[in-house]
Amino acid sequence: MARFFLQRLSHIVPLLIGISFIAFAVMQLAPGDFLTALTQDPRMSPELIAAMRSEYGLDRPWYVQYFLWLGNALRLNFGYSLAYHVPVVTLIGQRLWNTFILSFCAMLFSWSLAIPLGIMAAVRRNTLPDRAVSIFAFAGISFPGFFLALLLMVFAQQTGRFPVGGMQSATAELLSPWERFLDLLHHLALPVLVLGTAGLAGIMRQMRGSLLDTLRENYITAARARGLPERAVILKHASRNAINPLITVFGYSLAGLLSGAALVENVMGWPGLGRLILEAVQSKDLYLVMGSFVMSAVLLLVGNLIADLLLAATDPRIKFGH
Amino acid sequence: MAAAEGEDTRASLTPGQLAWRQLRKNQFAMAGGTILCLLYLMAIFADFLAPYRVDLQRRELFYHPPTAIAWHDPAGHFSLRPYALGTRRNADRDLVPDPTVRGPIRFLVSGYSYRLFGIIPLNVHLFGSDERTPVFLLGTDSLGRDVFSRLLRGSQISLSVGLIAIAITFSLGLSVGGISGYYGGLVDNLLMRLCEILMSVPSFYLLLALAAVLPPSLSPQLTYLLIIAILSFVGWAGLARVIRGIALSAREREYVEAARALGIGDMKIIRRHILPNTFTYAIVAATLSVPGYILGEAGLSFLGLGIREPMPSWGNMLAAAQNLEVLTKYTWILAPGYFIFVTVMAFNFLGDGLRDALDPKLRR
Repeated sequence: MARFFLQRLSHIVPLLIGISFIAFAVMQLAPGDFLTALTQDPRMSPELIAAMRSEYGLDRPWYVQYFLWLGNALRLNFGYSLAYHVPVVTLIGQRLWNTFILSFCAMLFSWSLAIPLGIMAAVRRNTLPDRAVSIFAFAGISFPGFFLALLLMVFAQQTGRFPVGGMQSATAELLSPWERFLDLLHHLALPVLVLGTAGLAGIMRQMRGSLLDTLRENYITAARARGLPERAVILKHASRNAINPLITVFGYSLAGLLSGAALVENVMGWPGLGRLILEAVQSKDLYLVMGSFVMSAVLLLVGNLIADLLLAATDPRIKFGH
Repeated sequence: MAAAEGEDTRASLTPGQLAWRQLRKNQFAMAGGTILCLLYLMAIFADFLAPYRVDLQRRELFYHPPTAIAWHDPAGHFSLRPYALGTRRNADRDLVPDPTVRGPIRFLVSGYSYRLFGIIPLNVHLFGSDERTPVFLLGTDSLGRDVFSRLLRGSQISLSVGLIAIAITFSLGLSVGGISGYYGGLVDNLLMRLCEILMSVPSFYLLLALAAVLPPSLSPQLTYLLIIAILSFVGWAGLARVIRGIALSAREREYVEAARALGIGDMKIIRRHILPNTFTYAIVAATLSVPGYILGEAGLSFLGLGIREPMPSWGNMLAAAQNLEVLTKYTWILAPGYFIFVTVMAFNFLGDGLRDALDPKLRR
């Protein structure tokens, strides 16, 4: 197990280097750099801008710039944001945490609803509830996330029950920790609903399919033959086994979850990593962009690693290292 | 007896016919397919269906509500010809229907000229009305442009983005996957590492970054092409991996070995003997991934990073709805959102039905 873990970790590093190179290349595609916008400012003399450019290292050839960054990054020094003049790590840390909270809650929401609904749909296969749940699932997959976000923000605006965008109230500083927590939940509700709905449908359909497969297994017939109540057969024997394949789904769904989070963040004003990347790319804040990309990849790769470990923990047939 | 006959005909059907029979039984899939046909017909005949030019601004009629239609002529008698009601501004400066002003809606009228299929010059439009009583089926936006006409033109953009992007993604994915799986070794290793790198960052992050670096000075047409390129670039890696897996097992088959023994070139073997194995998977995956591209374009355009004004797309039309006060008052500008929803749902229904129909293992 430990060996597998280390092996996977060593696999992650080259991927992160690749990602940082892509991020760097993307930034090189765009004409101009961070300082180009400043040349419009009459208070900035060309000499000053040239001096700043050499101070930031932006005047060197691209490969020198990239390998300097890479050398520092491998020593975990991700540099300073050009726009904010604070370490990139500090800026990203907060945003990464916000994205994590949003994604994690959305995941909790969709899994805790999808599993029971999927079980119900499979048990009552081809009945009215099953059809209703299926149609709901299709609608959920098909409804554009940003459109749902928009509609919910109208709802929030009209009823006044929920905050419109943002992560905390303006008065959050004055609140006690407990009130602040409630305030956060209040702000989380709508973004989580949007993001959770997108994932809900897929998981539900997988659970339904997986449980239908399991119910055809011999050990289910055996359990029924032993006279176990149907409820116990479904919940204790079938469902537990049916959940296993879903752990793979969990791994796959992470990329979609983080992508969806980036969209929700930008539409609903949630200060997460997806929004930071957009801001950073638009202001050509080179090191911030590269740091954010690397961090988003870390989030995804660590999530996938956890999914693999979970799969191994639940399914003894899977052995590592082969 | 009847059952036996059924078996016989079944045995003589080709796999394609079997799949079609299975698909026809699936009401959802057929409904999805029908809706898609209608939507694409709508996009093809957009100029014929649209009463107004997409960039025609009637600034004095901003946020005009959907035109009320009456079936009574000005004298109050029932008429088969529908009449469009005029509007006036009320105390809140909002336009409201004014039953005293009405003008006939005429069909097959001449209007602005356009080229059908990009070749045939025409100026016939399905319907039109008098200057004084314009027909805005879905109202107007903040600049007094007809939402219905823009929605139709937007459908050309939004619906084509998905199809073109999927065509590029699949050519890329099939070539890379096929080559990788067939050759194996170092080529395989390099190509797959590249795929993994692309897949190890959430795709929308990459989309955001790539779309955000497009300079604002680009023409809308070029932006449209580049957005398609970006969507395809971000999407091909996942597909290539799966195709590679299928190709990897296909190259061990006897007929591939036979082809190699006959001295057929590698590229031809990949094209004629390896890739056909992946077609079932590819057709289903393509249908199910078109929605992703449509949603990707819409999401980017909604954030102001995709298709640019004055070119309308469903996403950038919704961007106008970001002002919540406008949105709650003039709900008709949300119309493109429902069209995205219906399109994506239709693709999902069709794709799901195709998967059931084409995959014999799933036939229950």
